[in-house]
Amino acid sequence: MRDGAEDFGAPMLEAIGVSRSFDVSKPWLQRMLTREGRLSLLAVDDISFVIPRGTTLSLVGESGCGKSTVARMAVGLYAPSGGQIKFEGQPLSAARAQPVMRRRMNMIFQDPYASLNPHWRVRDIVAEPIRAFGLLSSYADIAGRVAALLTQVGLAPADGEKFPHEFSGGQRQRISIARALSSEPEFLVCDEPTSALDVSVQAQILNLMRDLQVRLGLTYLFISHNLAVVRHMSDRLGVMYLGRIVELGPGEAVFRTPRHPYTRLLLEAIPDLDMVGKSRTPVGGEVPSPIDPPPGCTFHPRCPLADARCRAEKPGHTPVAAAQGEVLVACHAVEEGRDGA
Amino acid sequence: MALLEVDRLTVEFPTRRGVLRALDEVSFDIEVGEVLGVVGESGAGKSLTGAAIIGLLEPPGRVAGGQVRLDGMRIDNLSRDRMRPIRGRQIGAIFQDPLTTLNPLYAVGHQLVETMQAHLKLSDRDARERAVRWLEEVGIPAARQRIDAYPHEFSGGMRQRVVIALALCAEPRLVIADEPTTALDVSIQAQIITLLKRLTKDHGTSVMLVTHDMGVIAETADRVAVMYAGRICEIGPVRAVVKQPAHPYTEGLMGSIPSLAQRVERLRQIDGAMPRLNAIPLGCAFNPRCPKVFQRCCTERPELLAAGDTRVACWLYDAYGDKPALAATDA
Repeated sequence: MRDGAEDFGAPMLEAIGVSRSFDVSKPWLQRMLTREGRLSLLAVDDISFVIPRGTTLSLVGESGCGKSTVARMAVGLYAPSGGQIKFEGQPLSAARAQPVMRRRMNMIFQDPYASLNPHWRVRDIVAEPIRAFGLLSSYADIAGRVAALLTQVGLAPADGEKFPHEFSGGQRQRISIARALSSEPEFLVCDEPTSALDVSVQAQILNLMRDLQVRLGLTYLFISHNLAVVRHMSDRLGVMYLGRIVELGPGEAVFRTPRHPYTRLLLEAIPDLDMVGKSRTPVGGEVPSPIDPPPGCTFHPRCPLADARCRAEKPGHTPVAAAQGEVLVACHAVEEGRDGA
Repeated sequence: MALLEVDRLTVEFPTRRGVLRALDEVSFDIEVGEVLGVVGESGAGKSLTGAAIIGLLEPPGRVAGGQVRLDGMRIDNLSRDRMRPIRGRQIGAIFQDPLTTLNPLYAVGHQLVETMQAHLKLSDRDARERAVRWLEEVGIPAARQRIDAYPHEFSGGMRQRVVIALALCAEPRLVIADEPTTALDVSIQAQIITLLKRLTKDHGTSVMLVTHDMGVIAETADRVAVMYAGRICEIGPVRAVVKQPAHPYTEGLMGSIPSLAQRVERLRQIDGAMPRLNAIPLGCAFNPRCPKVFQRCCTERPELLAAGDTRVACWLYDAYGDKPALAATDA
């Protein structure tokens, strides 16, 4: 088995041309009566990325862009319908089959109200992965570990005796993080971990996640729709639109010199504190349905730079040099140099 | 005279374990044509303020004190029958989720016509013509063809446009918009804000914009009120509140918002959480979390005091009181 603990920067998780489709057909009888065929939705379409050990890759995009599907595939909750995901160089499905490997990945969910069992005491919630993987056996050891975990996320050891409903949203998310850390994982998938929280609490949780990353050397796949949060958290950033990654590169490069028209639209559309008294020209249109995506580049109906080629041909990824490193942009206009940048 | 005057409005919820005070002497004005933003975290009482003004408090909630005046006329003590013509005609409302605002069983045109005919004297034909104009004005493409479409045939952004048309079609003087863009994606959010801004400006409508998103407020509002634990802790012109917040809570709140413009190593955080309604501390409600707390904060509730351009409920800005904590921090 590979031991990658020393070689910092080696890929922790790698996605190679991963796709995932869902069957959204109507029931069989209805299909027969109306003579409709099967219908499938391509939620994730041929995406590739690498997350080096100890870094954070963020995926950002609007609802329906497939970012949560990627998150679920990254921990093996969904199997890809095409392509391959590798964890530490092994195919993910093979890695998931071994408990030794499986405990090294974990997930933090969006809704801290739905992801904690209301009938369990917090100490049992946090201890469950420890028991499931048989990491510690004696009751005293487990209790000690749970107390240490709760302290680590900013709660008191005595909080372990309480039930989830006794905590606020932010505290519940701390419990989720303690549970995710209890199997001593190295790779955490965080699917919108602060979207359900108020801003002042969100700041607490984001700071905690950054601290834990530094202290424990964690690798994050961070999913969010909030670009400001993503800027704060990520080393590398992927912008998703209708199942594809349209721009992927070092976070600062994407924020300072966004190249894809969609990334620019997103960055311009966000209301920000610095916008006091300024007015903007909003970009029209909405995200099309992923069941029937536009041909060619899926962004072309909303894109100011679209031409005949964009309407017909899917763009590949063009590498673009930026001060912070190479950025991959899926855009014909950028490839042909007619984006004016 | 201001269009809307809210004067020491107090809302209480009687429960088995005692009376919970959800709004505690909230006072503010909205001028004609002005956009007042109301921000705060969940449970701060911002939506409740809107509900109390339009008389839509859920029982057992009740207005326990204070007054709400529209154009100088008290509206907080009106009977349901006398409140109904004011709601819609004088005060329109836009809520967060367009699906719950629109009736799924009626075509959007029908809902617009019904609303207009309830408040304005219009023939069926005129009302329908106006409904088309409203749909065009809020940016629904092919409005004439889509007027008989049902809410489920529209996308989320389009539905929210219909809701805005519905709120404005009886030409109210004040619109209460409660988290109008929260359920929408960012690129749609910008479209809706721009639309709301343009329409209310064109029609001279005042707006009370309730949201937890400071970015939306910064862009839309003229003045902003920051709420905490059922009280207003700071109110003033939006530029002053965002750029030079005076209240320690506002300062912490602004600092905790991750900025799009730059990356910082650590976000500023306010430790702790907002108190529950049954455990609001004596004195200033923010005192257990406040970095600048001193003796007086724990015993006496601060009034709104002038501090530069804004008014702040904080004893640090009391020109006549002593501020031992300030001296202590300086030392």
